[in-house]
Amino acid sequence: MSDQKISPGRITPWHQTNWDWRAAGNFIGGGTGTGLLFFATVASGSVDAYRIMALIALAFVGGGLTCVWLEIGRPLRAINVFFHPQTSWMTREGIVAVPLFLCALAAVWFGGGALVGIAALLGVVFLYCQGRILLAAKGIPAWREPKIVSLILATGFTEGAGLATALAAVLPGTSPRWLIGALLGALVLRRLAWMLYFKALEKNGLPKKAMDVLRPFGAKFEMIGQLAPEMLVVAGIFYGEVMPYFAVLAGLSALASGWWMKYTIVARAAYNQGYALPVLPVRGQGEVQPGVKPGWTK
Amino acid sequence: MARFIMTVDLRRCIGCQTCTVACRHANATPPDVQWRKVLDIETGEFPDVRRSFVPVGCMHCGDPPCMHVCPSTATYQRDDGLVGIDYDICIGCGYCAVACPYQARYISHKAEFAYGEKPTEQEAARFDARRMNVATKCTFCSDRVDLAKEKGLTPGVDPEVTPACVNSCIAGVLAFGDREDANSNVSQLLAENQFFRMHEELGTDPGMYYIFDKK
Repeated sequence: MSDQKISPGRITPWHQTNWDWRAAGNFIGGGTGTGLLFFATVASGSVDAYRIMALIALAFVGGGLTCVWLEIGRPLRAINVFFHPQTSWMTREGIVAVPLFLCALAAVWFGGGALVGIAALLGVVFLYCQGRILLAAKGIPAWREPKIVSLILATGFTEGAGLATALAAVLPGTSPRWLIGALLGALVLRRLAWMLYFKALEKNGLPKKAMDVLRPFGAKFEMIGQLAPEMLVVAGIFYGEVMPYFAVLAGLSALASGWWMKYTIVARAAYNQGYALPVLPVRGQGEVQPGVKPGWTK
Repeated sequence: MARFIMTVDLRRCIGCQTCTVACRHANATPPDVQWRKVLDIETGEFPDVRRSFVPVGCMHCGDPPCMHVCPSTATYQRDDGLVGIDYDICIGCGYCAVACPYQARYISHKAEFAYGEKPTEQEAARFDARRMNVATKCTFCSDRVDLAKEKGLTPGVDPEVTPACVNSCIAGVLAFGDREDANSNVSQLLAENQFFRMHEELGTDPGMYYIFDKK
């Protein structure tokens, strides 16, 4: 491609206007809710603690889905979302949501059993569907990067572990010590997933404006969103007597930074493909010239 | 089986936007919606400057990402390759719009008219409430193409069954026809000239072919 000067105008990628904070809300609620449901299953030491965590988790997932419902143009036709399981990850997300709610509510009602595990598993599938929803959005280069799926999974688990850790510090019958270790593991995974995702974007190219959002975000996120909760977790492990305070802070900061990341990717870095010409056409007596891909990093 | 495509001879386009106007007239699209538009790309630095005019719109992809992501099956692909939208099923979620790498889809959330809130007589007569809050895009004038069999006419040859933008083009830039028919106008143009398809690397198998030089 040529690096020659190009006239301004709506040729370079521009910010899409179809999905806004409400779409980000779905990924935030879905990630936090399903992540919490997973850690509630494996970390809550009592039935009552599980019930509280599971209900909070469902509130997050439901809140996220409500955000989507508020965004669609024809909300009274929402049932049509179930029509295309063959290829649409949005349909699959909707289909998984139904047994997810039924199983989790039944697990809350009966206070345990196999339903607890099934609900957690369905939550993971729901979270995977969310990653695939972004991946299938071919018009948005920051979303269609394949490593977005592992990033969505990692950040969902981190948010869940963060919220579970914070809740465990105040709920009786739970194990914050065990959870804070899980949170540290999730934070490490999320850091790795973010680095791989961002490196792939740099390697494959991105609209410059999207990169202008993600590059400074990444620098801040790695310090504030990653290092801060990691340090708090380590401090909590070493200072056992005040661990609950560190656990709450670490958990909430991991949660907030996950939301920050998803809002940034979904609502702020969503620049579209724009237009490109592989070659410039012959005009008059001229010859074919190198093409242009305006507004891209490469 | 036919696969209807459009060819765009970039050597000929002068950027007059007649196709844009013809599309708007034929399809009664609101002011902020352009199913067919022409990009004006100026490159280089004086005195070595070049302008390229590039008509764009829905590419009626052979492997349309908009159709795959659609949760309601509102977006569909016909046997002749045309990609359409069922306005009565679409939920207006916008997923197709973010899945389209050609920025070809529009969702209008409020009725807009050329001269403010009150429609002209023409706009009022052609206003279609079914198009509100759902995705819309270029149809390749499928309503015209559908008349071909009934009337014994050939799309791309007979104006009555050819997209409005193609009919209106004053410079012979746009051509429409069956890619599967070796004798069709578009097949012959592609056989005689060099062409590319936009963002082909994304695997969408787009149905608009841009001619840039002779072979």
